[in-house]
Amino acid sequence: MFWSVVLLISCVKLLLIPAYRSTDFEVHRNWLAITHSLPVKKWYTESTSEWTLDYPPLFAWFEYFLSQIAQFFDPKMLIVTNLNYASPETILFQRLSVILADLMFAYGTRECCKYVTNSGLRKSSRWNFRWSSPSAMLQLLLLGNAGLFIVDHIHFQYNGFLYGIQLLSIAKILQGSYVAGAFWFAVLLNLKHIYAYVAPAYLVYLLRNYCFPNAPANASLKELHAHFSMKRFTELGCTVLGVFIVSFGPFLLMNEIGNVLGRLFPFKRGLSHAYWAPNFWALYNTADKFAAVAGQRYKLLNVSTNAAMTGGLVQEFEHSVLPSITPRMTFMLSLLSITPALVKLWLSPGNPLHFVRCLVLCAFGSFMFGWHVHEKAVLMLIIPLTVLAVVWRREAQIYLVLSTVGHYSLFPLLFTAFELPIKVLLLLINALYAFLNLSHLFALDKPAASWTLPLLNRTESLYLVGLLPLFLFEQVFHPALGLSDKFPFLPLMITSAYCAIGVLYCFVQYYWHFIGMSGSNHKRKTH
Amino acid sequence: MSSSSSVDVFRGAGVLTLLGILILRWGVSLHSYSGQKKPPMYGDYEAQRHWMEVTHNLPVKEWYFNTTNNDLLYWGLDYPPLTAYHSKLCGFIASQIDESFVALGTSRGFESYAHKLFMRWTVIFSDLLILIPSVWWYFVSRHKTSDDSSLVWIFLVLSHPGLLLIDHGHFQYNGISLGFTVAAAAAIFQNKKLLGSMLFVFALSFKQMSLYHAFPFFFYLLGDTLKGGILKGVPNLAAIAFVVLSTFALLWSPFLTEINQIKQVFVRLFPFARGVFEDKVSNVWCALNVLIKIKNLFKNEEMALMCLVSTLIVVLPSCLDILFRPNKKKFVYALINSGLTFFLFSYQVHEKSILLASIPVALALPSDPFLSMWFTTVSSFSMLPLLLKDGLLIPTVALSVFHIVATTLMVNVLASTSLKSNKSDNQNVTNFWWWAVFSLSMMGCAVLTLLTVAVKPPKHLPDLFPLLISVYSCIHFLGFLLYFNYKQFSLSGISLRQTVDEKKHK
Repeated sequence: MFWSVVLLISCVKLLLIPAYRSTDFEVHRNWLAITHSLPVKKWYTESTSEWTLDYPPLFAWFEYFLSQIAQFFDPKMLIVTNLNYASPETILFQRLSVILADLMFAYGTRECCKYVTNSGLRKSSRWNFRWSSPSAMLQLLLLGNAGLFIVDHIHFQYNGFLYGIQLLSIAKILQGSYVAGAFWFAVLLNLKHIYAYVAPAYLVYLLRNYCFPNAPANASLKELHAHFSMKRFTELGCTVLGVFIVSFGPFLLMNEIGNVLGRLFPFKRGLSHAYWAPNFWALYNTADKFAAVAGQRYKLLNVSTNAAMTGGLVQEFEHSVLPSITPRMTFMLSLLSITPALVKLWLSPGNPLHFVRCLVLCAFGSFMFGWHVHEKAVLMLIIPLTVLAVVWRREAQIYLVLSTVGHYSLFPLLFTAFELPIKVLLLLINALYAFLNLSHLFALDKPAASWTLPLLNRTESLYLVGLLPLFLFEQVFHPALGLSDKFPFLPLMITSAYCAIGVLYCFVQYYWHFIGMSGSNHKRKTH
Repeated sequence: MSSSSSVDVFRGAGVLTLLGILILRWGVSLHSYSGQKKPPMYGDYEAQRHWMEVTHNLPVKEWYFNTTNNDLLYWGLDYPPLTAYHSKLCGFIASQIDESFVALGTSRGFESYAHKLFMRWTVIFSDLLILIPSVWWYFVSRHKTSDDSSLVWIFLVLSHPGLLLIDHGHFQYNGISLGFTVAAAAAIFQNKKLLGSMLFVFALSFKQMSLYHAFPFFFYLLGDTLKGGILKGVPNLAAIAFVVLSTFALLWSPFLTEINQIKQVFVRLFPFARGVFEDKVSNVWCALNVLIKIKNLFKNEEMALMCLVSTLIVVLPSCLDILFRPNKKKFVYALINSGLTFFLFSYQVHEKSILLASIPVALALPSDPFLSMWFTTVSSFSMLPLLLKDGLLIPTVALSVFHIVATTLMVNVLASTSLKSNKSDNQNVTNFWWWAVFSLSMMGCAVLTLLTVAVKPPKHLPDLFPLLISVYSCIHFLGFLLYFNYKQFSLSGISLRQTVDEKKHK
């Protein structure tokens, strides 16, 4: 049944081959060309195209591997100077490569489902049918994730492949294979370094649970020291270090490491991406804009804001009223926001689900306060949270709000008329399936209050339903009222601010939920 | 679980089903259409657009005539009036969006992103208005209780690969006439004979190919009405005849004013001179043509007579059966047999006409899931040369695989969850030998597809692969024809409700 579902979903992905593609398509074509036709030494210095290689070395090798197959489709796509080349064969190959790489996602999903089935979480005779069991739900929620469809199969990226590896590493840790989990996470880091944001959760959990075996939960420093296992620490360290050496070693030897790191960490970008990711800074920017306009109107402030409401969404964003933000400040804020969660994780050993929770919170913290966050990073919260959504009612509730808002916040990625029905249908199918099945799973005998969505309270329901007028405003009223010329960026700004409120709400609620949870008992009582 | 919440779940699952079939439709819509960027004649997409142009701009009297403004040699209207009215409506909407979509004369071969979007939406809307509600009604009314299984059948029928590819890819509005036919069948299942006959006249007035189904409708209505005795039946029959004739009169009224008009419409609808088949069709005559060049051997008149006689002979048993032993379960099989016989033996057949057999076969999914799935897949495969020409290879493969996997998965899930599942119905899904034959058949399709795509045919046989596909599919269809005839005859003549009543009496 599992692979049948994978096949069905892959068929839908095949239908999307001729859909709109963003410049990321050209980015990856260029990387194919670079890795195929240049010596390794030049991979990180080549700059014919503006889309230079800025993922870690293992991803470059992944592209190299793909390019070996690509040459049988159309060798012309592998020429570095062939900018914006998109023959039908090139499109077919690149789209197929994403669809096939998604098998990794299917594998990671399967491992997580196996854990949910075997661990005895939420075991009940209620699910005699295979396809309404928690693990079957998890499988469909993950495989049919609307965000991945939008970002990978229309917009074009390889996130499914990467999240597959993340799910695999999570599954390994849940199953107690810590070294395997660490290995896969190290591989993931060397494929895309954005996952470094969640590394603290791995670090704390592995260190506490693997390197200090059998230490009691409230162990003092002395006790901890007594339980420290040097052998395990070395084992873990060597595994992680080994992956990094394989990845970066060659560049170190070729004296290219400076170029590699320069590409991986460019500090020339602005606080917010062109379209503001729905995070804390989106609200901050919005507040700044409003303050500037208000100040101008009432002559309270003397700020030069001629660009405030007309230019708007440039990357290098200078605030006109509120203090401008520096990268250092965002870094400190992110770190500060995840510290309590990490402490809590350290203090509650032997609870792998807490590890996943902390992982989600780490992703939350960096998403909310990070520097130059992309809207796509919202998947870093949604995907791990899915695993918990089929286990614990409160997490299902947060998942429902977060996934709906998060996927909606990806809408601006696709702005073409043909893709409009697709993104709407994807979101509706995803949300409807999640609401129907999760409410069936958790609130079976509880009559729903009137005027609420299943599992949610009135405010949350109202908020989610509010996405509909927001969508209508953006699609119908904004152009119809003739605001397109005067305030072209208004829909984008409102969308990110509105979604930011929802994501912030989920962050706070979830943080509160995690901190308040008991430390050790991770087995779910039957509801 | 309370009953109200189960209704909610059903409603939710129903919406989910609807969204699922819509996303498949829109996915196919992204792909190319027939004749995309292929002047001077383009393809069916341009034909439909041209009809919108003609019907929007010209008076009704000119639609079917060759005039200075209406060159019939360039995609002249050759479908019945309901198609023309539909085109007029779409043409009007098009003119409101952008006058250049349907500007008389100057819009020939008009193609743009916005226009493609508009055209795709018209098909989706037609489906939403006619095909989808019809299929929904058919299954929900048949199963009486609204359980999950009817949703499964609805989903599978509405994700029929052939129909999706031709309507949403290649570009036509088969969903409208087939939707009317399905609705007519649904009405008849509920003993609403007058409504059913009216709906079937709608189907006939949209596409003359619906005639493929005329025999079963005629004989079933005749047989079922006269079942209780001639005296009781005749008034009912008269009522049906009245409804049919008045519906026809109403729909065709603008053309019934002059003999000339009627004659011209019929000349356009039945283009006798176009020969026994077009391109490569998976029917008997095209397959025979490989061995004997019947196209050169016989004149069109002789050929037409041969077609008529052979079609009538083959379809006769099924018709007589339904006439003398009318029953609802048989009726679906009679639709299949008649549609398939006409496709295989009649005159002037298009490859797309296989849909007229394939949709009734899909309706038989609940009683024959395995065979139905097989037929559906082969029927889409039989249109491969056409779909390849349109650049629709990827959606063809994707939707065919989707259909096979979805059917087996859902039938298995139904069998494992449903307590009252009828074992005999689903028997052949799990039978090893059936699966072996099916797999071989599918492998044949796969090999032929690969050959067509990857190998250049020898110079003296440029049509080798399309011909092989036609013959291969034709052999399948003949086998299916035998099976479905057998199936129709093996069903007892007494309708299900009667058996239930008898049991109650005992």
